Amino acid sequence: MGRYFFRRVLQTIPLMLIISILVFLFIHMIPGDPARTLAGKDADVAEVQAIREQLGLNDNIFVQYIKYMGRIFGGDFGQSYKSGIPTTQLIGERMQNTIRLVLSAMLWAPLLGILFGVLSAVHRGGFVDHLLMFIAILGLSAPGFWLGLMGIQVFAVNLGWLPVSGLNGWKGLILPSFVMGIGCMAEMARYARSSMLDVMREDYVRTARAKGQVERKVIFFHAFRNALIQIVTILGLQIGALLSGSVLTETVFSIPGIGRLLVDSIFFRDYPVIQALLMLFAFQYVVINLIVDVLYGFINPKIRLE
Amino acid sequence: MKEDQKLSDLLQENYIDETVQAYQGSRFKVVMKRLFRRKTAVFGLVVILLLVFISIFGQWVAPHDFEAYDYMNTLQGPSADHWFGTDHYGRDIFSRILVGTRLTLGVALSSVIVGAAIGAVLGLLAGYYGHWLDSLIMRGADVLFAFPDILLAIAIVAILGSGIVNVWIAVMVFTVPSFARMVRSATLSVKSSLYVEAAQSIGSNDQRLLFRHIMPGTMQTFIVNFTMRIGSAIMAASSLSFLGFGADVTDPEWGAMLSQGRTYMDIAPHMVLFPGLVIFLTVLAFNLLGDGLRDALDPKIK
Repeated sequence: MGRYFFRRVLQTIPLMLIISILVFLFIHMIPGDPARTLAGKDADVAEVQAIREQLGLNDNIFVQYIKYMGRIFGGDFGQSYKSGIPTTQLIGERMQNTIRLVLSAMLWAPLLGILFGVLSAVHRGGFVDHLLMFIAILGLSAPGFWLGLMGIQVFAVNLGWLPVSGLNGWKGLILPSFVMGIGCMAEMARYARSSMLDVMREDYVRTARAKGQVERKVIFFHAFRNALIQIVTILGLQIGALLSGSVLTETVFSIPGIGRLLVDSIFFRDYPVIQALLMLFAFQYVVINLIVDVLYGFINPKIRLE
Repeated sequence: MKEDQKLSDLLQENYIDETVQAYQGSRFKVVMKRLFRRKTAVFGLVVILLLVFISIFGQWVAPHDFEAYDYMNTLQGPSADHWFGTDHYGRDIFSRILVGTRLTLGVALSSVIVGAAIGAVLGLLAGYYGHWLDSLIMRGADVLFAFPDILLAIAIVAILGSGIVNVWIAVMVFTVPSFARMVRSATLSVKSSLYVEAAQSIGSNDQRLLFRHIMPGTMQTFIVNFTMRIGSAIMAASSLSFLGFGADVTDPEWGAMLSQGRTYMDIAPHMVLFPGLVIFLTVLAFNLLGDGLRDALDPKIK
């Protein structure tokens, strides 16, 4: 297990390295001279030169990258062009809202999805199966931002049950959490169903039934435990997708989180903030997948011995 | 690796299926028959055909001029004259949606076609040649995958700037890695099958092997993924437009229309309701057809 874990951690290093290079190059990929873009249309040559100097754009590109990484390891992601506040502080302030949002969706969406999937598989071809899978495909196809806006209109404006925006109290969390989690729930339901069906075709399930095991026990102890191996894999991807879903959800509900910060920063061309956020999003995704893989090895001995 | 194995098993079984069916009649007919047995898939197909019709003839079918301002009738709710109501300039929303079908569908379809083609070729090369080429292509896909979902598209738009062309590029790029991965694992499994070995032993060259023997074997997974991806492309493009990165506000693109409607949400919710509903139905249609195709092409997965 230790070796497997170690190898898996080592594998993420080149990936993170490439991501860091891409994010670093980001500012160089913007068409035109970034210094001129940043300085604005009215800036004179001296101002542009000053910005170029400040960004270190006069250095050799390798030197620039090394310097950039050096600063990042020191925890310095630069300052926001817009507000002058250090990027890390800006993100830190907003992080809490996004984490609350993601956690609120994680609490129900994957669990409900797995439950739906297992129920569907057990009642395969029946009414319950059709109903749950229909709900799942609706959830998969509905644009979250649209659901959110309509939800605000109906439950907040017309009925007055929930607040229109923000994350005030548990009531404020209901709609955003729903919008955030619905896609994840739908994906999990579909995936859990097909994993369960896969597993229920296996010989050991037939054996369990043949020896007269109670059906409920067959489903939970023989089938579900094995289906879980596949389910966990997709769960990691889904949690990563949840975080990126925060971009839309926070925009719809005017929640000051890091998703909204990304959108705002793109509009203001606040490049240090964009760079830091892209790095953060990619990093969390890689880490979540690492955790899932390790978990996977933990559940499935076949993998870690390979 | 495990997934590859599973896929290879499936394809092997199908291969036998196919041979059996070859005796029984055309495989195409069998698949079509299975597909038409599913009501939801037929519904999806009908909606898609309707959308294709609208995107070709929308301009002539539309009851009103989609760009005609009518300041006497701004923000009107649905009525007999304006089925979906009017927007803040008094333009007929129903007509705008009809005319905008071509733009919305065209962007999604063309970006997925190009993205899928690039991804498929990369996947074929990676799966067939293996070694360093495989590592290079797949690590590239990993990097793109590290920016989940729409985030990659947002990152690309952040570099290139807003606008429908850049949205097209963004959606195209985020389509590539999923196809590369999928086609690669399909290639790996087909590569080891008997008929490829046979073709190899009679001296087919790489090019012929790849495009004549291996590529058709990957088509099954390709078609299903392709159909589903169009749905996600429409979703991604309209999400970008909603965030303000996409189509120009004067364009009748569905996401852009919805985004504008947001400002008038409290007095004219129909401005958000209808464009969103159409996006929803369109994505649903592609997903239902994709599901139907998957089950029809491979009944065992169901």
